[in-house]
Amino acid sequence: MKVNYEIRKNTYYDSVTLMLISKEIKKMEGIKEALVGMGTDLNKELATMLNITTDEINDLGANDFFISVLSEEDLNMKEISIKVDELLTKKKNDSPSDYNPPTLDSALKYQADSNVVVISLPGKYAADEVRKSLKSGLHVMLFSDNVSMKEEKELKTLAREKGLLMMGPDCGTAIINNVPLAFANVIKKGKIGIVGASGTGTQEVTVIIDKLGEGVSQVIGTGGRDLKSEIGGIMMLQGIEALLKDPNTEVIVLISKPPADEVAKKVLKAIENSPKPVVVDFIGGDKELIEQYGAYSCATLEDAAYKAVALVKGEEVEDFNGFTLRDDEIDKIVEKEVSKFHSKQKYVRGLYTGGTLADEAMKLLNKDLGELYSNTPLSPKYKLSDINKSIKNTCIDLGDDDFTVGKPHPMIDPTTRVERIIKEAEDDEVALILMDFVLGYGSHEDPVGEMIPSIKKSQKIMMDKGNYLSVVCSICGTDKDPQSLEESQRRLEEIGAIVMPSNAQAVRLASKILKELKGNC
Amino acid sequence: MNKINELFNKEISVINMGLESFYTDLKKQDVKAIHVDWRPPAGGNKKMASLLSRLK
Repeated sequence: MKVNYEIRKNTYYDSVTLMLISKEIKKMEGIKEALVGMGTDLNKELATMLNITTDEINDLGANDFFISVLSEEDLNMKEISIKVDELLTKKKNDSPSDYNPPTLDSALKYQADSNVVVISLPGKYAADEVRKSLKSGLHVMLFSDNVSMKEEKELKTLAREKGLLMMGPDCGTAIINNVPLAFANVIKKGKIGIVGASGTGTQEVTVIIDKLGEGVSQVIGTGGRDLKSEIGGIMMLQGIEALLKDPNTEVIVLISKPPADEVAKKVLKAIENSPKPVVVDFIGGDKELIEQYGAYSCATLEDAAYKAVALVKGEEVEDFNGFTLRDDEIDKIVEKEVSKFHSKQKYVRGLYTGGTLADEAMKLLNKDLGELYSNTPLSPKYKLSDINKSIKNTCIDLGDDDFTVGKPHPMIDPTTRVERIIKEAEDDEVALILMDFVLGYGSHEDPVGEMIPSIKKSQKIMMDKGNYLSVVCSICGTDKDPQSLEESQRRLEEIGAIVMPSNAQAVRLASKILKELKGNC
Repeated sequence: MNKINELFNKEISVINMGLESFYTDLKKQDVKAIHVDWRPPAGGNKKMASLLSRLK
């Protein structure tokens, strides 16, 4: 094996562009491993792990660019260098060739009416840029993670003093004035205002609202830690205040994983006397507490969307705990799937790209199947000792930090899931794969297309052993998203996957199939 | 009126720092946006960056 490398000093590219280029270079003939990146500590560590580092690479700074590849034979580094340049030029040409100022200040001079800054820089640089933005009177959406709790508190306090939004850190989704920011679907304009502390959870609610014929006024993200005691719900409280005053918002929806108890009370106190109805989904949190404060509690993200839409339409608010299809249609699907399994097959493997969707799946499955193993389990006892190996019933959040070191999030690059499903299919006791597909801006240009060959391969692996692989999934997307929802669904159904209208329904169906299977054993 | 409600009544005009795809997505939708050609301050040297920030 031989390591070949090239270094370019003072040449900067963003990390996701480079990670995607690394993936392309790795596909080239004769190449075993490849890393194209900036000389950050993380990349240098990664190069060491991949055995493609050199002393020169170790000496690089965060502003230096390097290409390093591992190959069996000597290869022409020039060819690789040309290929990298081609890919970089292609990426550049994909984007509009406008003026790109070097700093926030210069951007503000050039575009004087700027009002929102979207920041997705490496975490250690992000807080400084947020501070500068807020001091310049700009609202901030901070996508970056690795920002400390102390900095988050400081920045949100500053934002509150200035009456500005500071959505994040780790804020994946927002829709302001009908404009999707970062990871967001294209949703109709409507009367439902949302404050969400969980990215894909918020996306799922907005998508279902759209499917039910309603729309959103504003979707404010807070970042996942906003409702922890240390932060105290600063941004959710700011968001609630703004939506209460907003004449275009008639119904308010709050979404978060279960908050710290005192924060939950503080947030609910803020809506206690709200003249606008409020729907609260503290995913798996204390429902009674929510109702005590006069808000509507929910069983699932889908239920939150149904309730919000009913309230806008002035219809009676009911729990939605079932299926869109009729019971007899669901029974038929269950019967058909169950008839195809081998007697050894009994387990579900949830392979999720959306963290909140994985969490919701575990909470729903837990009731019927007991606790599931995971990299992010509901109780620590069920944490997988090796995240690359599933045990019994397992549900994985592939977007968690465990899986994303040096790689883009699976909503951008589905490679980890493409590889993982094959592994699951090699386990004779697996019966069913549960999956989410998240469409919309920010996401991969064709998440379904990327998965189809490996779903087919997994089905074949199972079939060759006399087994059957049931694939149940949901698509978080609307008919206005840049990826075609209709085509995505059609292609999945064409290969025998069952596509349900929501994550909750996909999970409920999976649960029914597995329970029926257990009953037959 | 606080600035958040003011924003709800304005056209969004975005400064993007970091992933360029967020900027190209906005451009595709004809949203007013500008992308900053950001680099780590002082070439990623923290000590130098902190000295520079004091000069401002």
